[in-house]
Amino acid sequence: MTAYSPLHRRAFLSRTSQGLGGVALASLFPTSFSHASPSSGILKTLPLPQKAKRVIWLTMAGGPSHLETFDPKPKLVEMDGQPMPESYTKGQQLAQLQGAKLTCFAPQHPFAKFGKNQTEICALFPQIGSVLDEICLIRSMTTDAINHDPAHMFMNTGSQIAGRPSMGAWVTYGLGSESEDLPGFVVLTSLGKGGQNQPIAARQWSSGFLPSKFQGVQLRAKGDPVLYLNNPPGINRDRQGGDIAAINVLNRQRDALAVDPEIATRIVQYEMAFQMQASVPDLMDLSGEGAATLELYGCQPGDGSFASNCLLARRLAERGTRFIQLYHKDWDHHGGIKDGVAYKAEEIDRACMALISDLKQRGMLDDTLIVWAGEFGRTPMSQGGSGRDHHNKAMTVWMAGAGIRGGQVHGSTDELGYAAVENVTTVHDLHATMLHQLGIQHEAFSFKFQGLDAKLSGVEGAKVIKDILV
Amino acid sequence: MFSDPMKNALILPALLFTTAASAAESPVPEKIEYNRDVRPILSDNCFYCHGNDPSHRKAKLRLDLRDEALLKEAFVPGKPEESELVARLFSDDEDELMPPAESHKKLTDTQKEILKRWVAQGAEYQQHWSYEKPVKATIPAGGNGVDVLVRQRLAEKGLKPSPEADRRTLVRRLYADLLGLPPKPAEVAAFVNDTAPDAYTKLVDEVLKSPHYGERMAIGWLDVVRFADTIGYHSDNPHNVWPYRDWVIKSFNTNKPFDRFTIEQLAGDLVEGANQETRVGSAFNRLLLTTQEGGAQAKDYEQRMLTDRVRAVGAAWMGQTTGCAQCHDHKFDPFSQRDFFSLGAFFADIQEPILGSRGDGMVVGTPEEEAQLAKLDAALAESKKVLAAVQPQIDAAQKAWETDVVSAKVELAELKKDSGASEAALKSAQQILGHLKQPVEKRNAQQKKQVTDYFLGVYEQFKAERDGLASAQKTRDAFYGPLAKCLVTVSTPQKRTVRILARGDWMDESGEEVKAALPHYLPQPKIEGRELTRLDLAQWLVTKDNPLTARTVVNRVWKQFFGIGLSKVLDDLGAQGETPPNPALLDWLACEFMDSGWDMRHLVRTIVTSETYRQTSLATPEQIAADPENRELARQSPFRLEAELVRDNALAIAGLLVPKIGGPSVKPYQPEGYWENLNFPTRIYPADTGESQYRRGLYTWWQRSFLHPSMVAFDAPSREECAAERNRSNIPQQALVLLNDPTYVEAARSFAAQILSECQGDTAERLAWAWQRALQRNPDATESKTLTALVEERLAAYRADTKAAEDLLKVGLAPVPEALDKAELAAWTHVARVLLNLHETITRA
Repeated sequence: MTAYSPLHRRAFLSRTSQGLGGVALASLFPTSFSHASPSSGILKTLPLPQKAKRVIWLTMAGGPSHLETFDPKPKLVEMDGQPMPESYTKGQQLAQLQGAKLTCFAPQHPFAKFGKNQTEICALFPQIGSVLDEICLIRSMTTDAINHDPAHMFMNTGSQIAGRPSMGAWVTYGLGSESEDLPGFVVLTSLGKGGQNQPIAARQWSSGFLPSKFQGVQLRAKGDPVLYLNNPPGINRDRQGGDIAAINVLNRQRDALAVDPEIATRIVQYEMAFQMQASVPDLMDLSGEGAATLELYGCQPGDGSFASNCLLARRLAERGTRFIQLYHKDWDHHGGIKDGVAYKAEEIDRACMALISDLKQRGMLDDTLIVWAGEFGRTPMSQGGSGRDHHNKAMTVWMAGAGIRGGQVHGSTDELGYAAVENVTTVHDLHATMLHQLGIQHEAFSFKFQGLDAKLSGVEGAKVIKDILV
Repeated sequence: MFSDPMKNALILPALLFTTAASAAESPVPEKIEYNRDVRPILSDNCFYCHGNDPSHRKAKLRLDLRDEALLKEAFVPGKPEESELVARLFSDDEDELMPPAESHKKLTDTQKEILKRWVAQGAEYQQHWSYEKPVKATIPAGGNGVDVLVRQRLAEKGLKPSPEADRRTLVRRLYADLLGLPPKPAEVAAFVNDTAPDAYTKLVDEVLKSPHYGERMAIGWLDVVRFADTIGYHSDNPHNVWPYRDWVIKSFNTNKPFDRFTIEQLAGDLVEGANQETRVGSAFNRLLLTTQEGGAQAKDYEQRMLTDRVRAVGAAWMGQTTGCAQCHDHKFDPFSQRDFFSLGAFFADIQEPILGSRGDGMVVGTPEEEAQLAKLDAALAESKKVLAAVQPQIDAAQKAWETDVVSAKVELAELKKDSGASEAALKSAQQILGHLKQPVEKRNAQQKKQVTDYFLGVYEQFKAERDGLASAQKTRDAFYGPLAKCLVTVSTPQKRTVRILARGDWMDESGEEVKAALPHYLPQPKIEGRELTRLDLAQWLVTKDNPLTARTVVNRVWKQFFGIGLSKVLDDLGAQGETPPNPALLDWLACEFMDSGWDMRHLVRTIVTSETYRQTSLATPEQIAADPENRELARQSPFRLEAELVRDNALAIAGLLVPKIGGPSVKPYQPEGYWENLNFPTRIYPADTGESQYRRGLYTWWQRSFLHPSMVAFDAPSREECAAERNRSNIPQQALVLLNDPTYVEAARSFAAQILSECQGDTAERLAWAWQRALQRNPDATESKTLTALVEERLAAYRADTKAAEDLLKVGLAPVPEALDKAELAAWTHVARVLLNLHETITRA
């Protein structure tokens, strides 16, 4: 096991300072390490104990079926093929099934028992099952939206109207970042092989009305790992460093003439950009990870898989990135849900287990909050005989680490899995709970926008889900 | 000094978490003024529970209306010691204290003292400033109202104006603010050497005549109306609206009066003499977000579209934040939920699909193009008529053929033995046979079409009629395809029903139906006996009785020239916005704007010819200490160019800019795979070649869900929602764009080629030439020394590594001049690159 240390980065930087002609790299970093100290957030003191230092949010994009993952429904097996009782569905919002004949559709995979409490989850997820004692399943999650785009917006920003900050932006705005040379909020996406890859807009990681420096930065498996990160052809690192040094020399001279704090800020930004040009490739370079680690996650360096992204998430967490959001797409199973979910299980089961185990063995699970969530659940009714429609009255999400009580199930749905009925929770509650674990009082964490104290957890009164906390 | 508007906003929430903040507060004024001193405190801390929204009101107490507050004995005017309100503020009892702990609101000692003194002085209220008609201050003849009112305020504050900026700065400032382009060295020199007393006003008039003025002015308006090339939601497919962008540019260039500009956008289809131009203006109503997502519910999106439009009108013209009234009465302003839906009802007549594709829109052609299209359409109609005349015979033939095939009298050619048909053809023929074996009424539309298509393929009769139609269709489509098209507003008498939705819930259809009506708290037009229309709404927005529109517009325009609005919350002139520090100035400008006949160019000219505008932006430390955000205008402010202009500036310096005005949006280089998360359909980004690669930033293809990343880096908004305010951030991504984006690398090497071919001098002379081109000044000794060292080192390096030089010079499509030495060109590319990256280069001072 190789532990990451910030010294690696410094050693790397000093290596690159050799062999510069013209303008010495030394002049590039006269005070760089004092400048580039980890950025602090708006919250100088935290009102609550900080259980989570960082968040890894695993977005299962497309809307995973709770009925083929974490919410067993034997009654639905019995009712397979029978009309869905109207008492459940009358006058309710459906997506593509609106107005269609509604038929019960049995869960397509068996369930099995895992963990000290013998909790039932779908048998396709034995690896997650093996760490179920670290996980709290919330089977009573609900959301307001029923189409992908608004539902993602709601899950990410607490609002269905574009222009609001995403949760990663909120968290880094509040807490800053502990990383000197990586963004505080990083996004990685991966595709599923089923092909139901719903689009995801960049607004999902936008900083909205918060300052732009809090926007999520997408790390990409192909091309520049961060947009515009690589030097132009023909320009090596020394020449890049020399140009930046010259730019900063001239800017510094200007700074002496004009009283404009933006000049000093600009100088620091160029230093940071140059550091990122080294630290991001260093982050993405998995060659230092042992074979055992790659096997644990089940990935190959550079394969762009969800598993690779989980490993990168751990590396980001080690380096102090505050909010790491992974999107894994292809959960939109309007048809062929049986095979579809099986594909997804292959892609995420081992990786999720690996992330939890790896963080645990490094002593980081205690202060890393992991959240697994889609944007909505799916109907217990069949769509087209082999799939399920979007559904906002029931879904399962899970949390682990950072003061979350493992091995627990919170809330439940009715016997057909149509609606959450016990300990019903909302997306606002989920945000409130996440903020609470980060040491932030969600009702008091606001930003003045269009005359309102805008909050991630909304204005309707969210509640922290206290029952799932240690 | 002012640099980042968001920094100021940051202070507000910070106050919630720090109790030490009161140390920095200003003292309690002797004479308390409600609007200036009291309303901000009450609005921020009390109105949420004791304000306009009845559903949230606690203890049935309103503090926003004096009579209501007195009725509930909230305070006794003149007697703070007998006033409940004062007692509650200072209470030690947690149950008594206001605001209560659970609100997370806490008043500072100064704020409490202000409220106490206000009660002691009689607790007088004032109507909110922006709902009163603006009053125009009297300005001495020959005076510029801006200067008179700024100076008045400076005198009160004991501040002195700054001297005028040097001439180079002035001309650069004017070019940046009015054109968004840098001046040429010769243009700067001409102004610097013009000794005429009216040299500056002459320059202003000349610059205002440039067609690039309209482009510069359009940027802000396009943000406010959320102009973009794509629909926004989910698949984020394109929609045709670019002619509207050109309409905006042209409107500024022809100085279309702002009232007319308003009317054409909201009701260009309803105005008398509606024509192509006014209809294109009405594309404003179609700029909203729409969806093509499967499973979307029409009722849901009908509601989303209504609310989107109400927010847009509120933001663009009224300076009102209306969004919250979708679910409940506004908590701080008198805007009610009924106002919200009544305003939305103005748009219920717009003909459009709620879900799915918007279609092509109206053809926006030249008269010749439109005549030609009409001709081709007529020819097409004629061909259809000709075919229709023989259609019964064709139908009868098809029926007979079908019977023959089903009864096996006729065999499909592909299915004959040894037909030699490909597997695909065989399969398709089998499919046809399958369809035919079903009775006609059991075939679906697609199956019917397949059968007919197959039949027509083997049918020999009436060839001329059929081919004639096909050919007419083809000719017409080929001509129609490339014509410009724009979604415009078309009114239908079948208006959508608009209801007040309880808590904004579209599933709840029990709410009261409402008709179009104007916000109840603002002056009403005298229209009786008919329903109000969009035209009425538009005209009402630009009547002189409307206290909001002129102020909202003037306030935004001001920001373009000073970096911050006169009231700094551009999108909210309501209770939660900011009372401007110099209200007389905002009001004078608003009145002047209206009195001039909504003459935008007059407004701009008034501002930029003022001495206030011409001041230096080099602040002294004392000035910064006295007025860190420059609200009092005792100086100018430097600020970074906007995203589009960062690009324009680099391309102009490099000599690459193609200054063409208007046309379809263009696609500059963009990192591969940036659109990988788009779907339905998946998309690749074909970067433009030729002159389209070098157009101004405002013509960049505006993909709402994935706006061009160099635009995002410099804070261009996605235009999913109306944006009156742009961040002005300073982040590492900006450095990465200017250093590594091929656009800027190509600009650097093109700039270098110009330096080498235009200036034949030595290194020092070439550096001076480059500095003149980029910054219109000469480098000083240190600057020259730094870059001389750089170019010498690079030249040696590239002479030793010609491959590196060649690689660098290959970036971008612009040709590399053959005559130039590659190593030298590569070395000078670094000089150019450094210049294009300088803070000074991307800053308007």
